[in-house]
Amino acid sequence: MLQQVITSIVTLFLASIVVFVGVRLLPGDPALVLAGETADPAVVAAIREQFGLNQPIWIQYFNYVGQALQGNFGVSTRDRIPVAEILLQRLPITLELAGLAILVGVLIGLTAGIVSAVKRGSFADYAANVFGLIGLSVPHFWLGMLAILFFAINLQILPASGYVAFTEDPAENLRRMILPALVLGTGLSAVLMRQTRAALLGQLSADYVRTARSKGVSRSREVKHALRNSLTTVVTVLGLQLGALIGGAIITEQIFVIPGFGKLIIDAVSARNYPVLQGAVLVAVTGYVLVNLAVDIAYAYLNPRMRLAGGAR
Amino acid sequence: MSVLAVEHLRVEFGTENGPVIAVKDVSFKLEKGEILSLVGESGCGKSTVAMSIPRLLGDSNVTLGGSVRLNGVDLSAFSEKRMQAVRGKEISVVFQEPMTSLNPAYTVGSQISEVLLRHEGLSRRAALARAVELLELVGIPDAQRRIAAFPHELSGGMRQRVMIAIAVACDPLVLIADEPTTALDVTIQAGVLDIFRRLRDNLGTSIVLITHDLGVVADIADRVAIMYAGRIVEMAPTVAIFAAPTHPYTRGLLGALPSRAVMQTDGRRRLTDIPGLVPSPSTDPDECQFAPRCASASGACTAARPAADLVAVGHSVSCYHPAVGAML
Ligand SMILES: Nc1ncnc2c1ncn2[C@@H]1O[C@H](COP(=O)(O)OP(=O)(O)OP(=O)(O)O)[C@@H](O)[C@H]1O
Ligand code: SF4
Ligand SMILES: [Mg+2]
Repeated sequence: MLQQVITSIVTLFLASIVVFVGVRLLPGDPALVLAGETADPAVVAAIREQFGLNQPIWIQYFNYVGQALQGNFGVSTRDRIPVAEILLQRLPITLELAGLAILVGVLIGLTAGIVSAVKRGSFADYAANVFGLIGLSVPHFWLGMLAILFFAINLQILPASGYVAFTEDPAENLRRMILPALVLGTGLSAVLMRQTRAALLGQLSADYVRTARSKGVSRSREVKHALRNSLTTVVTVLGLQLGALIGGAIITEQIFVIPGFGKLIIDAVSARNYPVLQGAVLVAVTGYVLVNLAVDIAYAYLNPRMRLAGGAR
Repeated sequence: MSVLAVEHLRVEFGTENGPVIAVKDVSFKLEKGEILSLVGESGCGKSTVAMSIPRLLGDSNVTLGGSVRLNGVDLSAFSEKRMQAVRGKEISVVFQEPMTSLNPAYTVGSQISEVLLRHEGLSRRAALARAVELLELVGIPDAQRRIAAFPHELSGGMRQRVMIAIAVACDPLVLIADEPTTALDVTIQAGVLDIFRRLRDNLGTSIVLITHDLGVVADIADRVAIMYAGRIVEMAPTVAIFAAPTHPYTRGLLGALPSRAVMQTDGRRRLTDIPGLVPSPSTDPDECQFAPRCASASGACTAARPAADLVAVGHSVSCYHPAVGAML
C-alpha cells in the first residue's frame, strides 16, 4: 500500500511540472492579455512584476507549488477573484456530474454485463452486445445532441441546458443533471458491460464454480462466486476509464452549458487565464491520481493474493 | 436395493472439432458402505462419469444418456432445483484439481460453511465451528487458525483436504472422490484413506474412488471397475482383479510381465503403460476398441463389440478371449 502512495505522490509531482510548463507553452502573453492589446509597455512590465512573470520559470514553479500546497492558487487574471474560491465553487458541480455518470455507468454496465454473461446467447445478451457496440462508438457530443433533440425538443420532458445548484433546489438540480449524466455515463457503461461480460464468462467456467455447484447452491450463488473474482477486472477497467470520463465531462459540460470544471478550463484557455487554468488542471490531475489510488486499494481488497503481496496483513 | 445404480450412462460433448463421446456405455451398482474403485488410463472418461452422476456437467453442449438412480429414485427425471438439494448432501464430489477447485476470493472457512449453511440449517457461527472440526478431521494442523486462510496460503495437499472436508461435511450417502490422494504424500494419503474408511464404517457411506494408484485400490476398495475408452471392460471384487485378471487390458494395466515391475521409486504401485494409442473418442464403432493394442485379438474382436460376461460370481468381463488363471 505504501508503494502505491509513493507512486501517487511522484506522479503528482511530475504532473504538476508538466501542467506548469505546458500552460506556459500556450501561445500568447498573459501580461499582454491582462493589460489589453494597446497597453503602455510600462503597464505590461508592472503586471509582469506583480504576477512574478519575469522570474525564471523554476522559481515561478516552486513559488507556485509552495503557495498551492497552502491552498493559494493565486488570483484570476480576469477578475482578481482568488482561484481557490473559483475552484471550490466549480468543483462540486463536476464532481456531481462525474459521480452521477459513474453511478449510471456502473449500474447499467454491471447489470447488463452480468445479465448477458449469465443468459449467454439469449435475446438480452444480444441486445446488451448491440448496446455495448453502439455505446462504445458514439462520441459524447453526438449523443448529447441526440439526447437534447429527443428529450428536450421532441418530448419536452427534460431541459436542454442550464444548471441549478443542488443546495438551491435538489429536485430541479437532479432533473437537469439526468441527461448530462446519461450522456457521460453511456460510454463508461458500454465499456463496463463488455468487460464485465468477458470477465464473468471466464470465471463462470472456472473449477471453483463447479465446486460451488457440487455443494448444491443456487445458480445465483454460483454467479456470486464468479462475480467476486470478476470484480477486480471491473474495478481496474473503471480506473482506466476515468481519464476518458474527465475528457468526456469537459465536452458534456460544454453541450449542456454546465458551469463545472470543464467549462472553467475551456474558458480559461480562451481567456489565457493562467492561474485559473493551472489550478483547475492541477486539481483535476490530483483527483485523477487519488481515484487511481482508491482503485488500487479496492483492487487489493478484492484480491486476497494482492493483499498478501502488498504486505497489508 | 443399491444406493447408487448407474445404467447405460452415455456422455457426449459437442465441440468445435465434432462430438467427443467421453462415456459410451457405463453401468454399475454401488451398495451401502461399499467402496468401488474406478481405474483406467488418462482420458478413458473416469472424471466424466464422476461428474455426470450429480449432473455437474451443466453445459448446453453436453448430451447425457442412460439413468442414475439413488436409492431407486431416478435422478435423470429431477429438476435442476431438486438436484441442488441432492448435491453436497446426498451425493458429493472431491474434484481432481485441488489447485483450482477452491474459490481464491473466499476463506477456507466460508467455503466449508457454505455447504453446511445450505443443507444443515446451521447458524453461521455453528457452521464455522463445525468447519474447524472438519479441518481437524482431515488432518489439517492448527485448524482454528487455518479457517481464516485463503486458498493461496495453503499447499496443494492442504487444499485437497479442504475439498475433502467440504465433500464429507454433510455425511453424504455417496461420495465420489476423483484422485483424492494424488497431491498428497504417503502419510497424509494414509490419513485420507482412513477418513474414507471411517465414513464407510460409521455412517455407511458408499464411495466411488477414482485413482491411478493400485496400492490405494488394494488397500481400500471392495470392488474394482476397469475402464477403457468410455466403457467398463472388467469389474470384479478387488481380490479377484489382483489374483485373476481376465481382460487383456486389465492384465496390461497390472503389468503382465515381471520385468515391468510395478513398484516405483516412491514405493507406490502404479498402472503400467501399455504400448499403443488410446482410440479417438469421436466415434463408437461396433468392435472391441482395445483390438489394435491387444495381443489376443482375433477376427471376431473387430466384427462386433464383446458384451459383458460373467466369468465368476460378481466378476464380469467384456472380451471374446478372456484369460483364465492367475497372472505370472
Ligand atoms: N468439457 C469437455 N468438452 C469436451 N471434451 C471433454 C470435456 N471433458 C472431457 N472431455 C474429453 O472426454 C474424455 C474423457 O475425459 P475425462 O476427464 O473423463 O478422463 P479421465 O479418465 O478422468 O482422465 P484423467 O485420468 O486424465 O483424469 C477425454 O478425451 C477428454 O478430452
Ligand atoms: S475382445 Fe479381442 S481385442 Fe478385445 S480385449 Fe478381448 S481379445 Fe483383445
Ligand atoms: Mg480425470
